[in-house]
Amino acid sequence: MQAVAIPPFERFYEEHRSDVLRLLRRRLGADRAEDAFQETFLRALRAYGRLDHGEHLRAWVLTIARNVALDTLRRARPTSELVDAPADDAEPAYAELAELTDGLGPKERAAVVLRYGYDLSYDQIASALGSSPDAARQATSTGVRRIRRRITS
Amino acid sequence: MTVSPDLDRRFRDAAADLGLIDVGFDVVDSPIGDLLVAASDRGLAAISFDSEPQDSLERLARIAGPRVLRSPRSVDGARRELDQYFEGRRRTFDLSLDLRALPPFTLSVLDQLARVPYGETTTYGALARRVGHPRAARAVGTVMNRNRIPIVLPCHRVVGATGSLTGYAGGLDVKEKLLELEGAR
Repeated sequence: MQAVAIPPFERFYEEHRSDVLRLLRRRLGADRAEDAFQETFLRALRAYGRLDHGEHLRAWVLTIARNVALDTLRRARPTSELVDAPADDAEPAYAELAELTDGLGPKERAAVVLRYGYDLSYDQIASALGSSPDAARQATSTGVRRIRRRITS
Repeated sequence: MTVSPDLDRRFRDAAADLGLIDVGFDVVDSPIGDLLVAASDRGLAAISFDSEPQDSLERLARIAGPRVLRSPRSVDGARRELDQYFEGRRRTFDLSLDLRALPPFTLSVLDQLARVPYGETTTYGALARRVGHPRAARAVGTVMNRNRIPIVLPCHRVVGATGSLTGYAGGLDVKEKLLELEGAR
């Protein structure tokens, strides 16, 4: 099977910018969404040259946006317990894994979903989470371990 | 959810400022119509008479990488020199050029082409002789035809042996206009 070609970034950006802004506005409000929008696409741009294929780009960029939103909220409320954002974006792959990943922290959950729901590489996951590939691998395996422990207990 | 022009512009400028773009492009207006101008960190990469970006994006990505983004800032230098050229205030371009991935024959032809002075014309045969392949006039014509950076690499100054304009990617009327601008016709 031939891999889906990676479109020129301009096309990717034009196709997804509205959805990204919508998600960020819903989670952060209009003002904070603007900086987060820029940060999301700059993170995507940093990783874009290292993508292996052009599949699941929408899921990829929305995951980056969710993580930028989480980072923004975390910075705004450094001491309080972070409330996980509601899963209000219709994502089929997310939905299938939603129950399993329910008890995980946001980063672990994102890592597990991206790895097993979208079949992304650790490099791609790292870009989405704004972390290193090693940290992405670790978040994934920690998440899987937790799920396994819960299922078997 | 519409992204405001201001927010859009801020992202594009930040991407260029942070050096995250493989190739930036913009549409530059000129007396011969809108031009799509593209530049990488190596220099000017393309000028296209077809100003509709959608048609050129894949080609740019193949040349320089997938991070192709419309970015006015990336082509500021080229825009300035092109403006000066079209106003008759500039005869040579000082822009560095991104000629990556071109075969040696093409590069040697383009190198000779760049030496054809403002306001003068030469022929395909003469260029072929100058690169040491006197019988390769037709191959030189192909290089002109595929020239990624017309105007700056002045393929409009190359005409047929009889002085006829022969062909031009931007159309013969554009070739004629450029030669008129330079006082060559």
